[in-house]
Amino acid sequence: MAQAETSFATPPAYDTARIRASIEAVAIPLGALVASAIIFSVFLTLLGKSPLQFFELVWRGGFGSSFSLQNTLQRATPLILTGLAFAIPARIGLVMIGAEGALVIGGFAAAALAIPLVSAEAPVYLTMLLMVLIAMAAGGAWNAIAGWLKHSRGVNETISTLLLTYIAIAIMNFFVEGALRDPASQNKPSTMPIGKDYMVGNIPGTDVHWGLVFGLVLAVALQVLMSRTTFGFAARVTGGNPRAALAQGLPVGTLIVVCSAIAGACAGLAGYFEVAAIHGQANASLVAGYGFTGILVAFLARHNPLMIVPVAIMFGAIEASGGLIQRRMDMPDATALVLQGIIFVVLLASDSLYGRFAIFQPKISTERT
Amino acid sequence: MTALALPEDLSSHPVAGGRTGAFSLETVSMTKVFGSLVALDDVSIKVGAGEFHALLGENGAGKSTLVKCIMGFYQPTRGQLLVDNREVLIKAPADAQAAGIGMVYQHFTLVPCLTAAENMVISRADAPAVIKWAKEKEELQAFMERMPFRVPLNTVAADLSAGEKQKLEILKQLYLNQRFLILDEPTSVLTPGEADEILGLLHDMARAGDITVLMITHKFREVNAFADRVTVLRRGKLAGSGSVNDLSTDDMSKMMIGEAQMREKAPRLARVEPKSTIEIAGLSVDDNEGMRAVDAVNLKIRGGEIVGIAGVSGNGQSELVEALAGQRSLAGGAVIVNGRRFDATRKDFADLKVFGLPEEPLKNAAVKRMSVSENIAFRSFDKAPMASIGWWLKPAAMRDNAVRLIDKYHVKTPSAETPIENLSGGNVQRTILARELSGDVNVLIVANPCFGLDFASVAEIRAQLIDQRNKGAAILLVSEDLDEILELSDRVAVMSGGQITYQAPIDETDRNTIGKYMAGH
Ligand SMILES: Nc1ncnc2c1ncn2[C@@H]1O[C@H](COP(=O)(O)OP(=O)(O)OP(=O)(O)O)[C@@H](O)[C@H]1O
Ligand SMILES: [Mg+2]
Repeated sequence: MAQAETSFATPPAYDTARIRASIEAVAIPLGALVASAIIFSVFLTLLGKSPLQFFELVWRGGFGSSFSLQNTLQRATPLILTGLAFAIPARIGLVMIGAEGALVIGGFAAAALAIPLVSAEAPVYLTMLLMVLIAMAAGGAWNAIAGWLKHSRGVNETISTLLLTYIAIAIMNFFVEGALRDPASQNKPSTMPIGKDYMVGNIPGTDVHWGLVFGLVLAVALQVLMSRTTFGFAARVTGGNPRAALAQGLPVGTLIVVCSAIAGACAGLAGYFEVAAIHGQANASLVAGYGFTGILVAFLARHNPLMIVPVAIMFGAIEASGGLIQRRMDMPDATALVLQGIIFVVLLASDSLYGRFAIFQPKISTERT
Repeated sequence: MTALALPEDLSSHPVAGGRTGAFSLETVSMTKVFGSLVALDDVSIKVGAGEFHALLGENGAGKSTLVKCIMGFYQPTRGQLLVDNREVLIKAPADAQAAGIGMVYQHFTLVPCLTAAENMVISRADAPAVIKWAKEKEELQAFMERMPFRVPLNTVAADLSAGEKQKLEILKQLYLNQRFLILDEPTSVLTPGEADEILGLLHDMARAGDITVLMITHKFREVNAFADRVTVLRRGKLAGSGSVNDLSTDDMSKMMIGEAQMREKAPRLARVEPKSTIEIAGLSVDDNEGMRAVDAVNLKIRGGEIVGIAGVSGNGQSELVEALAGQRSLAGGAVIVNGRRFDATRKDFADLKVFGLPEEPLKNAAVKRMSVSENIAFRSFDKAPMASIGWWLKPAAMRDNAVRLIDKYHVKTPSAETPIENLSGGNVQRTILARELSGDVNVLIVANPCFGLDFASVAEIRAQLIDQRNKGAAILLVSEDLDEILELSDRVAVMSGGQITYQAPIDETDRNTIGKYMAGH
């Protein structure tokens, strides 16, 4: 067993098919990105704008200075978390698109819990801890509803998560415009501000809040969970073939609910940082589309938790450069959305390309056309 | 080239392209290498026009690989393809279709929710964007009139019987005017009666010079009854070929496995120390539509006993097996193993040592994209030595175990890390066998274990089952192959209309009695 302890490394007789498949898994999304950039360039050219200038500005606005880099990382943080929220259920075969709703519920729950704690002047770190926990618990429970409905009632999880998102937003609005409204919030109904003391600070020496560290740690932890633990193995079996999982006595229902809950907890945590590091209160600003961009991030990363980090940073850069592009190129805010939309469509289309290129592998399976 | 009026009529059809009659096909030095594995080594075969040609070989010999190279699913590493003595280049399945080569798979490729007619029309390479159904139906009707066998055109594919589906697959190829038909184990989903009917018709069409047939099979009976010539592959190489009339079954099996020793029939011990019993008590199970498929079935199997369940497929056997395997919830009753209720949880499987060999292993027992090594670990990945503290995986232990079992059960795979979907059908079966039978087995649920296996593997699996019986396991064997049931069982039960309608010890019954009950009398 001594050897068993040491060698996680590539086994000696590692099959070229696997290596080719993993090259393919990187090459196809990259190709899709390039194709999207070209299509988007055509779009810009038709508008009489320079694509070169656009991409130059994205680079400058996203990574050009330490200010823009920090801005990018700040924006990447919720995307890492919502990306994870899509990727984990995807591993077990579920298409859950409700990160937006879990984010809103998590952020709102944290803000609501803060109201009595802050007014009672509870200890800062205890308050923060409780806020984090309730945000994750609320988001997790919210998404777990969809997992449970899927398993026990066969309700399609894509539709239920989408509907749950609308319900989550409605619940927040109900309270924010009613019982929990801060009377001082005139134009934009909000909860009571949690106050400067209870806000999450920045990583020392930067302008990036601590959420980034949480995101990175979670990405690594979930990568380990999915690839190195028995839980991850069982989830992969279930995602790959539920019938085989049942025949092995794997607790398919529990696995589905737990994966949904993990996903919701990630999104709920994103909600917490939106409240406690950015807005200082819960209001309609929480509904910023991070949950949906996260789907895109997860897809580009092929549902691989570690890959989500660089992809989220890329999307963070696109968003961070939005203002610069708006000013310099005189283009509306929605431009970035157009680019994201194009990437999404091209990416979905590229999914059909797996196994089509002889260079990547001797075509996979057999008895199907 | 006269018997059937199909050539000239078809040539006026949009897809016919004027092709008439059968043509010959030849591979020259066909070679296919997958990574470090030479799946096909310099294979040259010749199939003459109008011939019914059988392709034999053990599991993993390279039969499917050869026909996939012909069909353009794989690009051969080396080698040429001659059609009617002219070299053709086939880069993709569409090229093969254009060249008149069609393939019928072991598994159906029909769209289940479309009718037979729709399935045929959409398969055309030139299917128009807007289909004029009235006109197409008329043409199809006319086409069907000329065919030696028919299927109801307006029935949804899902509602056709297995035999009708397979006929439809073949008709589809004929409708596309494919004059060279490749069939990859076409009869494994059919009853012997259906198989004989379909192969007989194809045989007649070949005789008449309308088509050429190249059929992969493991069944000597079919070869002797229908084929003109055979080619045998062994470990990727051409082992021999010849006319069926000149070769005995023995010659052919020698070509297939060489002088290798076949596994002897395991002796059935008279006195066995029973390990445990399984009792199916008033078990009821519903099918996908919520109809009762298994109706209050009672059955008790002692340790050291094989109970064979015979029956025409679709009488509740698959639902019964799924319920026992935990893939389908019970509508009533219980399963009791050794006096303890068995609920198909992971703990139950492990504690009561219940194992299973389900039919269609890729669908029921394996995860295609996971490696052979991972698939072998399904039973044990969460127990020492493959996991510490029940959480942390140890891939090295997993791999060591896989390498050992791959060797012991002679699974042919490029490596333990190959995705299981890249293995030949028979080797997938062996992988599952290695996983399920390598430990201590108390109860074994087996369904059609020998589908698609070569005769040596069939002998091997049957011997393994007898071995387990002799060691005291209680075995439930569901099979559509009555010979298999008669060979292996200690006791026979017949399932009909969701109920056990007949039960008898093997030496107090015979084929005819069982057959009568199978037919529902
Ligand atoms: N895509 C692939 N990648 C790697 N190896 C493959 C691939 N396809 C087939 N092989 C290997 O090639 C060998 C021949 O497989 P093939 O499917 O041709 O066997 P077969 O004669 O059809 O067997 P069976 O009767 O079991 O269907 C097997 O060892 C298989 O593992
Ligand atoms: Mg095969």
